[in-house]
Amino acid sequence: MSWREVSLILPEVGVIGLGVLMVLADLVLPRKGWLVVLAVAGLMVLGGITIGAWVGGEAETAFFGTLRVDQFSHFFRILILGIVALVILASVDYVSHFERFQGEYYGLLLFSAGGMMFLASASELISIYLALELTTLPLAALAAFLRGDRSTEAGIKLLLLSALSSALLLYGMVLIYGFTGTTHLGAIATAVQGVAGEGLRSGGYPLLLGMVLLVAGFGFKVSAVPFQMWVPDVYQGAPTPITAYLSVASKAAGFAVLLRVFYVAFGQFDVNWGGIFAVLSVLSMTVGNLAAVAQRDIKRMLAYSTIAHGGYLLVGVAAIASGAPGPTGPTGVLFYLGAYALTNLAAFFVVIAASRSLGSDQIQEYAGLARRAPLLAACLAFALVSLTGIPPTAGFMAKVFIFGAAVNSGLVWLAVAGVVNSVLSAYYYMRVIRAMYFAPPSSNERVPSSLAFRIALGVSTVGVLALGLAPGPLMDVADQAASLLRAGG
Amino acid sequence: MEPSVVTEAVTWQGTGLLSATVLLPLAGAIFIALFLRERRLVRGFALVVITVDLLLSLLVFALYDSSEGGYQLVDRFANWIPFLKAEYHLGVDGISAPLVLLAGLLGAAAVWASWHIEERAKEYFMWLLVLQTAVMGVFTSLDFLLFFIFWELELVPMFFLISVWGSGRREYSAMKFLIFTLTGSAFMLVGILVLYFSAGTFSIVELTATAEAAKLLIPAGLVFAFLFVGFAIKLPVWPLHTWLPDAHTDAPTAVSVMLAGVLLKMGGYGIIRINVAMFPDVTRDIAWLLATLGVINVLYGAMVTLRQTDLKRLVAFSSISHMGYVLLGVASLGTVGLTGAALQMFTHGTITGLLFLLVGLVYDKAHTRHIGDLGGLASRMPFVASVFLVAGLASLGLPGLSGFVAEVLVFLGAFPVWGLATVLGAFGIVVAAGYILWMIQRCFFGPARERFAHIGDATLVEMIPVVALVAAIVVVGVYPRILTDVLTTGVSEILTASFGLG
Repeated sequence: MSWREVSLILPEVGVIGLGVLMVLADLVLPRKGWLVVLAVAGLMVLGGITIGAWVGGEAETAFFGTLRVDQFSHFFRILILGIVALVILASVDYVSHFERFQGEYYGLLLFSAGGMMFLASASELISIYLALELTTLPLAALAAFLRGDRSTEAGIKLLLLSALSSALLLYGMVLIYGFTGTTHLGAIATAVQGVAGEGLRSGGYPLLLGMVLLVAGFGFKVSAVPFQMWVPDVYQGAPTPITAYLSVASKAAGFAVLLRVFYVAFGQFDVNWGGIFAVLSVLSMTVGNLAAVAQRDIKRMLAYSTIAHGGYLLVGVAAIASGAPGPTGPTGVLFYLGAYALTNLAAFFVVIAASRSLGSDQIQEYAGLARRAPLLAACLAFALVSLTGIPPTAGFMAKVFIFGAAVNSGLVWLAVAGVVNSVLSAYYYMRVIRAMYFAPPSSNERVPSSLAFRIALGVSTVGVLALGLAPGPLMDVADQAASLLRAGG
Repeated sequence: MEPSVVTEAVTWQGTGLLSATVLLPLAGAIFIALFLRERRLVRGFALVVITVDLLLSLLVFALYDSSEGGYQLVDRFANWIPFLKAEYHLGVDGISAPLVLLAGLLGAAAVWASWHIEERAKEYFMWLLVLQTAVMGVFTSLDFLLFFIFWELELVPMFFLISVWGSGRREYSAMKFLIFTLTGSAFMLVGILVLYFSAGTFSIVELTATAEAAKLLIPAGLVFAFLFVGFAIKLPVWPLHTWLPDAHTDAPTAVSVMLAGVLLKMGGYGIIRINVAMFPDVTRDIAWLLATLGVINVLYGAMVTLRQTDLKRLVAFSSISHMGYVLLGVASLGTVGLTGAALQMFTHGTITGLLFLLVGLVYDKAHTRHIGDLGGLASRMPFVASVFLVAGLASLGLPGLSGFVAEVLVFLGAFPVWGLATVLGAFGIVVAAGYILWMIQRCFFGPARERFAHIGDATLVEMIPVVALVAAIVVVGVYPRILTDVLTTGVSEILTASFGLG
C-alpha cells in the first residue's frame, strides 16, 4: 500500500472518516445542528476533491487491481456524494425529533455512502462483494431506526433479503471464478473471450449459470422484477429520508456495479446477455407501474414507481452499444440516474415534510396540499411530471436519452414498451396532483419546514428544471464516464 | 476516446421576433407567478401580454413574404444540446405563418373571454399563458425535439384548466384527455427517435429532405404510423376521437376555444408538416386510407352531431366532422386540395372558436346548455343571436364567409382524385346545414320563455373577442387570397420538394 493508492481512494476514506466523526462529535456537541453543517461541509470538500481528480486524472488501478479509479468511478462518487448531502439536509427536521442517536443516523448514512462509492470503483469480484456488504448493513440498521413495528420489519426484511441476494451473488462469483480462474474483471474478459460456440457447448454452462446468478443477485439490489418483493414493505416501513436514499443511491450504486461487471467482464463475450436485461426491464416497468396504480399510500406508490424506473434504467443496460454514434446504453443509464436522483429526491423530500405534518402517508390526505403549502405542492407536482417524463423536466430528457439508446441498438420494441409504460405511469402520478390541486383541504394548517430542508428541496427541483432545459453538459459528462467503461478493467 | 464536448463558438442567428412571439406568454406567466397577487391586476396583465402576443403574431404573418417562400424569420441557436445535435430552431413557412396568426387570435380571444373568472384567477391566467407558448412553439419549431417538447408542454396546462375550472365530469375528462394525448405522443417519440438515429438529425428541415431516403431502422410505413397516431389523436381522427367530446364539454369556455380552435390544428399541421412532407411515398400509398378516414370523420361526426342535445357537445362533434375535410384535402395530394386543408384549419379555428365563445355566453346567462331548455333567446340577446347565426352559417359553408372557401377548395382538389369520397364528403355539408340551423332555431327562435325574461345581451367586454373573430371570418370569406397566397406557397413547396409536383 502506497500513499498514491491511498490518495486515490481519498473520497471513500473521507466519507467513512466523516461518518466516524459524526458519531464522536455527537457526544460532545451540544447543538446537533452543527452535525449537519459539518457533514455537508465535509461532503462538499470531498466532492471538490473528486472533481479535481476527474479533471486531472487518468484511470488508475490500486490495491493489486481490486479497485479501478476512473471517470466512471468519479461520476458515481460525485452522484452519491451529492445524494447523501441532499438527504442529510432533508433529514434535519425528521431527525431533530429523535431523542438519541442523531450522530449515529448521520454516521450510518455516510458509512453506507462509502460502501457505494467503493462499489463504483471495485473491479474485482471479492471487493465488489465486500463493498456491497458495507453498503447494505448500515442501510438495514437505518431502515429499522424508528424501532416501530413497520420500521423493524423493514430493517429485518432488508437484511434477510440482501443476505439472500448476496448468497446468490457469491455463488455466481464462485462459478465464474471456477471457470475462469480469476476474480479480476479484466482478466475474466480475456478468459471468456475464447469461450464461444463450441467452447460453450462443451462445459461452458457453469459460466452461464454464474452469469444468471449474478443477474439475480444484482437484480435484488436494483429492485428489478422478479426480485422486487422486498421493496414496497421496506420503503413503506423505513424512515422516509432513508427511503429516499434507498430509492436513488442504492439504485445508482447497483447500476454502477452492474454496468461495470457486465460491460467490462462480459462486454466481448459472445452471449446475448442484453436479452435477459431486456426481459427484466419489460417485467419491471410493467409490474411496477401496474402495481403502483393500485396504491393508496404514497410511499408504497413511490416504491412501485421506483421498480418501474428500474425497468427504464435496465433498457439502457440491455441496449448494448451497436457502435453507432450518439447515445449508448451505459451513457443513457448514467444520465438517467442523475436525472432520476434529483427528481425522486425532490418527490420524497416533499413527502418527508408533508407526511410529518399530515400525520399520514395516505394519498387522500394530500387533498388540498396546494392551498396549505403551495411551494411544496408545486415541487411535488413538478417532480411527478418529471417522473412521468413530460417536458420541460429532467425526467423527459432522461427518457428521450435512454429510449434513444434502445432505438440506437435496434431495440425499437423495447422503446415502445418503455413509452407505453410511461403513459401508464401518468395515471397514478397525476392522481397525486389531482388530490393536491383539485380537492379541498381538510385543514388550513401550514406545513412548516427548516432552512436546510428548503435548500435540499430547492436544489433538487431547480436541478430537475435545469436538466430539462439544458441537459447537454450532463450528457457530455455521462458520455465521458461511460466511454471509459469499455476501455477494460 | 476523445471527449465529445463541443467547443465551437456559441452561435445565434435571427431577429428574435419568433422567439418573442413564442416565449412572451411564458415570461408573462412567470411574472404573474412571482409578482402579482390581486385578481384584477393578474387579469389586466394577462390581457396586455396576450394582446402584445397577438400583435406579434400579426407582425409575423405580415412580414412573411410569400413571393420569396421557404422558412423565414428564422431564430436559431445551434448549441442547445450539442450532444444530441438538437438545436433551438424556430421559423415559419407558408403553412405555419397563418397558424401562428390563428393561435395569436384565439389566444387573445380566450384570455378576453376569461374576464369573469373569479376562482383561483392567478393560476388560471398563468396556465392559459403557458398554453399559448406551447401552441406557438409547436407551429414554429423546426427541430423535432423542440417540437416535441412544445407538443407535450401543452398537456399540463390543459390538465389543470379542465380539472379545476371545468364543469361536469371534469376530472374524468381531463384525465382522459391526458392519457389519450400521452399515448399518441409516446408513439410519436419513438417515431422521432427512429428518424433521429436513422438520419442523424433532429432538424425538421433536413429530415424533410432526407427521411425517406435514409436507411430507416424499421420500415418507413411503421415510422409513418407511429408519427401519425400522435397527430391523429389530436386532430382527432375516428376512431381515436372519443376524448374530444368529453374534454370540450367539460372544459371552461376559453379552454374549449383554444382546444377546438388551435390544439386540434396541431394534429393537422403535424400530418402535413411531418407525415406528408417527410414520407411522400408512404403518403401516396395510403392516400386512400386518409381519404376514407376523412369521409368517415365527416359523416360519422355529422350524424352524431345531429343527435346532440348539449350545445357544447354539439359544437364539439361538429368539429370532428369538419376535421374530416382536412384529411380529405390532404389525401388529394395536390396544391388545391392541400391549400384547402390548410385553410380549413384556419377557418374552422376561427368559426368554432367563435361558436364556443357564444355557447359560453349563452351558458353564462341562461345557466343551461341543454337545447331542449333553451328557446326564444333572440329577443333577449339579439347580439349573441345574430352573431351565432353568422357563425353557424359560416360553419355550414355559406358563400361569403370563410368556411365556404376552405371546403370548396378541398372538394375541388379532392374530386379528381377521390371522386366518390368527395361526393360522400360533400353530403356532410347538407347534414351540417341541418344540425346548425335546427340548433339555432331551437335555441334562439320560437316563443320567448318566461324564465329567460331577465337575462341580458353580451356586455362590451364580451363583445370584443366576438367581433374580432367575426371580422376574421368575413375578411377571409370575402378576400381569401389574404391567406391562400401564403398557404399555396407553403403547400406547393412541400409538393415540389417531396412529390416532385409543380
